Amino acid sequence: MKEITVISGKGGTGKTSVTASFAVLAENHVITDCDVDAANLHLLLAPEIMEVKKYWGMPRVEINAAKCTGCGLCETLCRYDAVSGGAVDKLLCEGCLVCYHACPAGAMRPVENLAGEWYLSRTRYGPFVHARLGVAQDNSGKLVARVRQRARDLAEKTGRNLIITDGPPGIGCPVISALGGTDLALVVTEPTLSAMHDLVRVLDLAAHFGVRAAVCINKWDINPDNCRAVEDTCRDMNVPVLGRIPYDPAFMAAALEKKPVIKMTSTVVNDIISLWDCVKKELGL
Amino acid sequence: MRIAISAAGAGPDAPAEERFGRCAWFVIFDEHGNVQESIANTARSSAEGAGVKSTQLLLRNNIDVVLTGRVGPKAMHAMLNGGVVVYTGVAATVNETLEKYLNGQMKPLAVPNARQHAGDTRSERLAT
Amino acid sequence: MIIAVASGKGGTGKTTVATSMALSLQDMSSEVTFIDCDVEEPNGHIFLCPQITGSDNIYIEVPEIDRQKCTRCGKCADLCAFNALLATSDEVIVFPEFCHGCGGCRYFCPVEAVTMMPKKIGTVEKGLAGRVKFARGRLEVGAALSPPVVDAVKKHSTDQGIIILDAPPGTSCPVIHSVRGSDFCLLVAEPTSFGLNDLDLAVQMVRSLGVPCGVLINRARERSCLIEKYCREHELNVLMKIPLSKDIAGAYSRGIPLGAVDGKWNKAFRRIYRDIRELVANEGNNRYQR
Repeated sequence: MKEITVISGKGGTGKTSVTASFAVLAENHVITDCDVDAANLHLLLAPEIMEVKKYWGMPRVEINAAKCTGCGLCETLCRYDAVSGGAVDKLLCEGCLVCYHACPAGAMRPVENLAGEWYLSRTRYGPFVHARLGVAQDNSGKLVARVRQRARDLAEKTGRNLIITDGPPGIGCPVISALGGTDLALVVTEPTLSAMHDLVRVLDLAAHFGVRAAVCINKWDINPDNCRAVEDTCRDMNVPVLGRIPYDPAFMAAALEKKPVIKMTSTVVNDIISLWDCVKKELGL
Repeated sequence: MRIAISAAGAGPDAPAEERFGRCAWFVIFDEHGNVQESIANTARSSAEGAGVKSTQLLLRNNIDVVLTGRVGPKAMHAMLNGGVVVYTGVAATVNETLEKYLNGQMKPLAVPNARQHAGDTRSERLAT
Repeated sequence: MIIAVASGKGGTGKTTVATSMALSLQDMSSEVTFIDCDVEEPNGHIFLCPQITGSDNIYIEVPEIDRQKCTRCGKCADLCAFNALLATSDEVIVFPEFCHGCGGCRYFCPVEAVTMMPKKIGTVEKGLAGRVKFARGRLEVGAALSPPVVDAVKKHSTDQGIIILDAPPGTSCPVIHSVRGSDFCLLVAEPTSFGLNDLDLAVQMVRSLGVPCGVLINRARERSCLIEKYCREHELNVLMKIPLSKDIAGAYSRGIPLGAVDGKWNKAFRRIYRDIRELVANEGNNRYQR
């Protein structure tokens, strides 16, 4: 089984539009959305949800005011400044439970923390595993891992040989979790200084975890000089550039019409198809 | 000597499980292949470090040998240090896996054979 | 006055807005500070070109076990909520990648065998861009824990003048750490279905923090009613609209802030600041009356 993870470092480069187009072009695959923090792929794939699962995050603590003697030990011990004035700020609590174990009066108690949901859905383009992290929740890396696990189980069970994953932006915990063990990280970038800066960091990250990376330059014609600079950087870092896509309003129009950009009438369709062919070759499909 | 086999259920007839840190049960045998007990893997639901926590569970239960499928770098490091010998290549069921081991058909593992999942040590993919 | 610039979706123009705003407010306040809280992918420096004058390393504390003192009782490993410790019969092994630095192992060790040692997870740099004070955090590549770096860079905000925070995208922990404690959160949204979906998440996040917020629509077209309709329904002020323009996109690709494209944007950002100040004052009054 092969997995391709589409990432971008910087947000808004067209990662999800490219992923959705791959989902249309591929065969015998499972689609996953690992951008659990601000998931968008479902908007393009119109999923019919078949199965909903609760996702429990790290527990939080609560103080039982009746038992609390006000000694303040919890406040002193908490490294996250989550306890103050006899109350716990659940947004700062990381669930280490040090206060719970330490409290001499037994006044702290751990409480379950419903941190989100994940879904198994049916779409026109194949089965789709996606998730929604609760607003203001932590541990999205864990939810990403859960989504990928479910996708892999499903692919194994149904004999599908490819997983197409829409990855999260950035280089932190959710991205690391989305990259571990994938066969190819396709970085969708654009020729802007910000995206170029982020590209280098995300390629470093892939190298750090030993993940093979490739690059696709979207909106390449908005700054051809920068585009050449991106290609030079990739050459220096020994990362193949698998495709260039010109700036095309079809991307935005497709997002408005809630369909993959590949379903639009535009020359960009051919560019995406040839990009997909290169990706398949890179994956050995 | 105590042998643990990662499994999807309790008892010797349960399906064996490829994943080490995230398996549901460990079925325990003595060196003659007599089943001793089944231990629920309480570590599998850990947010992070399930492989390390599972190793801790095995150490607590005085396990010397574990028969499993995929072991990530952290769990491998943990087991090397904890003195647990790892064999890979589980068969379909726990019993069949045990037989395979007793016949010397399983491979001892000294390096991790799965890549790490940071933020979650699950390690599912065999390195090719 | 602390204004956080955030957005659920990445690539909506958050950094362009935050940097352009900081630059345009230089003349209004004696002290303007720009803080880049997007520590995973900091980009503010590309637009502000600051002179970096100093940098600090950011550490979390991870345990180190004194083998002489350790009795292998395993208490630390039992208590560690992040499974960063393993007690074997001859030693306790630390997995620093999992450690969140809670310090529980040190506190509970019955024989004081645990000391906390610093582990570098990022850097904070400070400097000056014209008259704008600049600070940015950078997460080490490969480090997973960004909130401590966000907290560290935010320490550069003072009580004085205007502070603009450039928050990371999304709605989870690093964003929460960036936005909390701000006086106002400006949400940058683009008029697509993605933009709307993610704006809704961001609004829920900001409201759960109790921070007042308003919306700036970027890449607005003639009829970008999608976001405006949402804002009307959710009692949000649309504070400004930046049109979809190839000039702006081109300038962005070269790292040029809006005020340098056309001076009118400086005026617009000064106006938006005055509007925000008014909204914050009203919010304060409302709270007082309640």
